[in-house]
Amino acid sequence: MFYRETGQYKTNYGADEQIFPIRQDRIGVMIILAFAYLAVPFIGDDYWFSAILIPFLILSLAAIGLNLLTGYAGQLSLGSAGFMAVGAFAAYNFMLRIEGMPFLLGFILAGLSAAAVGIVFGLPSLRVKGFYLAAATLASQFFIEWVLTKFPWFTNNSASGVITAQKMVLFGYAFDTPMSRYLLTLVIVTLLALAAKNLVRTRTGRDWMAIRDMDVAAEVIGIPMLKTKLLAFAISSFYLGVAGALWAYCYLGTVEPQAFELTRSMQLLFMIIIGGMGTIVGAFFGAAFIVLLPIFLNLFTSTIFAGQVDPGMLSHLEQLVFGGMIIFFLIVEPLGLARLWQLGKQKLRLWPFPH
Amino acid sequence: MLFFIEVLIGGLLAGVMYSLVAMGFVLIYKASGVLNFAQGSMVLFAALSFVSILAMGAPFWLALVLTLAIMVLLGVVIEKVVLRRLVNQPQITLFMATIGLSILIEGLGQMIWGSQVHGLDLGINDIPFNFYGVFISQFDLFAAGCAAVLVAGLSLFFHKTKIGRALRAVADDHQAAMSVGIPLKHVWAVVWAAAGFVALVAGLLWGSRLGVQFALTLVVLKALPVLILGGFTSIPGAIIGGLIIGATEKLAEVYIGPYFGGGIENWFPYVLALAFLLIRPDGLFGEKHIERV
Repeated sequence: MFYRETGQYKTNYGADEQIFPIRQDRIGVMIILAFAYLAVPFIGDDYWFSAILIPFLILSLAAIGLNLLTGYAGQLSLGSAGFMAVGAFAAYNFMLRIEGMPFLLGFILAGLSAAAVGIVFGLPSLRVKGFYLAAATLASQFFIEWVLTKFPWFTNNSASGVITAQKMVLFGYAFDTPMSRYLLTLVIVTLLALAAKNLVRTRTGRDWMAIRDMDVAAEVIGIPMLKTKLLAFAISSFYLGVAGALWAYCYLGTVEPQAFELTRSMQLLFMIIIGGMGTIVGAFFGAAFIVLLPIFLNLFTSTIFAGQVDPGMLSHLEQLVFGGMIIFFLIVEPLGLARLWQLGKQKLRLWPFPH
Repeated sequence: MLFFIEVLIGGLLAGVMYSLVAMGFVLIYKASGVLNFAQGSMVLFAALSFVSILAMGAPFWLALVLTLAIMVLLGVVIEKVVLRRLVNQPQITLFMATIGLSILIEGLGQMIWGSQVHGLDLGINDIPFNFYGVFISQFDLFAAGCAAVLVAGLSLFFHKTKIGRALRAVADDHQAAMSVGIPLKHVWAVVWAAAGFVALVAGLLWGSRLGVQFALTLVVLKALPVLILGGFTSIPGAIIGGLIIGATEKLAEVYIGPYFGGGIENWFPYVLALAFLLIRPDGLFGEKHIERV
């Protein structure tokens, strides 16, 4: 009744090409953004900012990055955390070694470094496909981890291999409270998410989808394989690199290469699968699911089983439920939460009538 | 020179250990086209179950039989509860399901059997013996023997038995196999049970080498480059890939490693496998992929 595009006529090309073609969607996005920018800073406390909202936003950004590569361009990657590590350590080194480097420029350079590394590791994708490629991307994961731990230059000769993020100062304002970091993360994530949403509607995005659906056919109709695939790796790695830099600067503060292990790559892959492959909104759903589920499980198990079983057992139980939930979701809705969201909207258009 | 041969043989034998794990992958990939990430957890689960049953006072053979029964049961349950519901889904979904499975099995195994490190003694002497001046680990030789028996057994099974032939048919084409009356679900359950058996063998050998602990699941990561190199669909490929990876990995660690400050074992196999892939995109023995539009 409320969610219906009836009566919304497109009278010029601009209106026809809007990111959100339905007015209610636009209003909805505005409300969510307004809530996130204006209301959340006042109602949230430090725990919410630093333990839930910031990691949620950063992981969403990383998931968008991986989704561009895996969901849109169809190149399965298991090395995404490696590119996050590149971003984090590149940002650190740029800011450490270049005097007066503004941190935002540092983040962008971090993303570009990750993109460069991504292109190198994307090269095998021109020859190998599917699971062979997935296993090959693990090479990037291990290689980057090894380089960052083995060569002390990257960690500025820190004995423990841990780097401490420099202060982020913009026009004399220091981002040192959880709330300010939350807002900073939010701005970056909003901009990049909108950019991604736009990107997948352009020529590039359509080329990616053509390659995902069938690369031989795509090549036959004249899509340049080399350029398009490497572009997918580059842009995806850029997003992951910026996410990695944010992870170090806005979330953890101190970070070591082990923060970007294989488990993190797996986690990102879970996010896009549970959220929905080939959707931008799915990255947010997936990230929310992955960030919140352990917290809920923790709460749930510690209230129900508290005192009856030891903590070690509890963590295994959590693992059990987590694995079970993933399988359950895959069976019930293989297309992810984004699909449920879409179905819900479809239902809403007809409501309250059955047909 | 003697040292070189020693490193080479050590590497080859280590490679056999990788192949043991890789074989489990190949079995499942051949029959269902899924890269089964849970293989490592199955290795851990098998080893944990075996050690715990042994600790309850069961004799060796009984523990072996019971663990085998558990693994077969696990395979059947996985097929019934998970795979059957994911028929006709894209491969990546199945792959993710196996990652979910791996988390679940790890949690389950450690919940039932506890997470402390168990020692496992198969009663094999691990004293290296001197063979014309080259020291060879007896244990590794024994492992190599096991692998040889396993490969021979699996090849016979695949080529000589009815169910083995059905398996190959399913691997070729699900739908064609179903239309000639091969029970797909039945076949999958058999494959998963067989993979469970391979996991048991790998778990026992790796377990007595490293101790039965969580780190056993990480042998998966050692097996993946072996798979890429040998091809996902070939059991001989898994063995030969394992030998190549094992040998070059150890040689590289000894002769190239010092220039980089060591520790290259983690990624070197992957880079090697990648180099092979650039020449042969389906691995050494993988099935040729013909693409049509």
